[in-house]
Amino acid sequence: MRAVLEVVSPGAMASIQDLGRPGLRRVGVPHAGALEPGWLRLANALLGNAEDAPAIEFLAGGLVLRARELPVQIALAGHFAAALTGADGQRRVESWRSVTLAPGETLRCGMLSAGRVGYVALAGIRVPQQLGSASTYARARLGGLDGRLLTPAAQLLATAGSHGEKRLRTLPVDAKAAIRVVLGPQDNYFDAGSIARLLSEPYEVLAAADRMGMRLDGPLLRHRPEKGSEIISDATVPGSMQVPGQGQPIVLLADGQTAGGYPKIATVISADLPRLAVMAPGQIVRFAAVSVVAAEQAARARAATLRALIADIGPLAEAGALDLQAIYAVNLVSGVVDARSEEPPISSAPYSWERN
Amino acid sequence: MDFRILDAGDTALTIELGDRLDRHLLAAVTAVDEALAKAIAGGYLPGIVETVPTFRSLTVIYDPLLTSRAEIEPGIRAAIAAAVAVSVRRGRLWQLPVCYGDQIATCGPDLEALAEACDLTPAEVVRLHSTGTYEVYMLGFLPGFPFMGDLPEVLARPRRSEPRVRVPAGSVAMAGTLTAIYPWESPGGWHLIGACPLPLFSVAWPQAALLLPGDRVCWRPIDAAEYHSLSEAMPAMSASPLPPGAFLLTDEAPR
Repeated sequence: MRAVLEVVSPGAMASIQDLGRPGLRRVGVPHAGALEPGWLRLANALLGNAEDAPAIEFLAGGLVLRARELPVQIALAGHFAAALTGADGQRRVESWRSVTLAPGETLRCGMLSAGRVGYVALAGIRVPQQLGSASTYARARLGGLDGRLLTPAAQLLATAGSHGEKRLRTLPVDAKAAIRVVLGPQDNYFDAGSIARLLSEPYEVLAAADRMGMRLDGPLLRHRPEKGSEIISDATVPGSMQVPGQGQPIVLLADGQTAGGYPKIATVISADLPRLAVMAPGQIVRFAAVSVVAAEQAARARAATLRALIADIGPLAEAGALDLQAIYAVNLVSGVVDARSEEPPISSAPYSWERN
Repeated sequence: MDFRILDAGDTALTIELGDRLDRHLLAAVTAVDEALAKAIAGGYLPGIVETVPTFRSLTVIYDPLLTSRAEIEPGIRAAIAAAVAVSVRRGRLWQLPVCYGDQIATCGPDLEALAEACDLTPAEVVRLHSTGTYEVYMLGFLPGFPFMGDLPEVLARPRRSEPRVRVPAGSVAMAGTLTAIYPWESPGGWHLIGACPLPLFSVAWPQAALLLPGDRVCWRPIDAAEYHSLSEAMPAMSASPLPPGAFLLTDEAPR
């Protein structure tokens, strides 16, 4: 049976993402896909979906979903909690578990202090692929529902019913270590002092952060005068850290453009890019340089950690749920369990950092 | 072939063949790209996801869970050594309609200022831009965004010091010796001199992008009335299984 999950409100921003659309950068198509692919995999694994199935990615909270005529099983991944409102009142639902929405029940997601990104996966979700992926890249109307971000009243198709609720018995560790980078490809455009500042001083995540990139604010990185602050455009990747003329770094994320004309002082390693991408404005980040070999080892270690978390998925036990609540209670920022309060959407003013 | 391999994290490396805009470099990039494609197709470089050619470099993207830099670098170096300098593909010749200036609301607002900066009249800028034939050097930045050159030196001006937050889709733009069309609304720092009412990218087309590297483009100035009638046909052109052939002058350039 086909169930319908309706988007009551997308909150600040929500879209359908899977693991992205590789292979088309030569015609200018960004990778897209989940900002935190590990969490997307976890959410899908909690439902028995294929790990690379599409799911809802939301930024900054405020997402509200409602099951229509049939029950829909969903799973939550990310540092957030949700309020589930139905005929028999309201209850709080923690992340890292699956839950079934009965017909007419609504789920309201609220962000916790730790970040800006969360995932809601749907059992048996059906979203058509475009160019090999269901990921939304709204700028070019690719993927998702008609190439758009989720809008109020959007309807998602899933399999009706419930198959037993599950949870992560081990929670992902929210590592506080420095974000690792590999210097280059244009680190020779910067003086030694600038590289030292990047690797020793704190940088703050600015509000100018979306799926395309993240602006950081910290000590200025200066281009060598004889090199200047422009290059003949060459390829960028998710993780590229561009430095425009004003000297503040910008890290490209999943939707980042495929080519750019600013020198790239470093590249955030793939194991740490999701950790940076889910940081909220105001959070402080430090960077550390590693070798390519160490970065590759980190990628394999991250994959192994994720495999272990997925292997440890188990049935939802009452005691476990209480433990989770205790863990989360201390982190809660806003009264997400109060379904009456409308969280104001966080406005994200358009901004410009591309130099094509 | 002179080259350097630059670090680009643990999922990519960049083979830099130079740091100039230069047709010889472009030919070298194409040669290396083809040599690598052959090696990948032959199964010699497993774990490579894709390659991204630009004016002067080729970026190789790989999956660090399937391979490693140490495993692929020797194969990449061997492919570069085997690369034969090829001439850049001379592709199709397109004649694209462009409505110059600000006849179309929000398109082409920079024509007058650019003309003044070049010490020319707007009409002279239009004549110079529209009499040239331009080669598509690379695609990038946005899906289907063509970097085309070369503009006459007299039109070459640096990018705007203050990039626009919103450049409308279809904007015909200039920066340095390059010209382009923005396929999608986006931020951008190029000078906007007109509007082109054609789709530049569609998932319905075999290669998705209208223009491919090696294609050549000349322009046909149109008035606002023709712009509007062509705009109305855009959804149908996007939905068609092939890009609009009406704007092709030749399929293949004469050898």
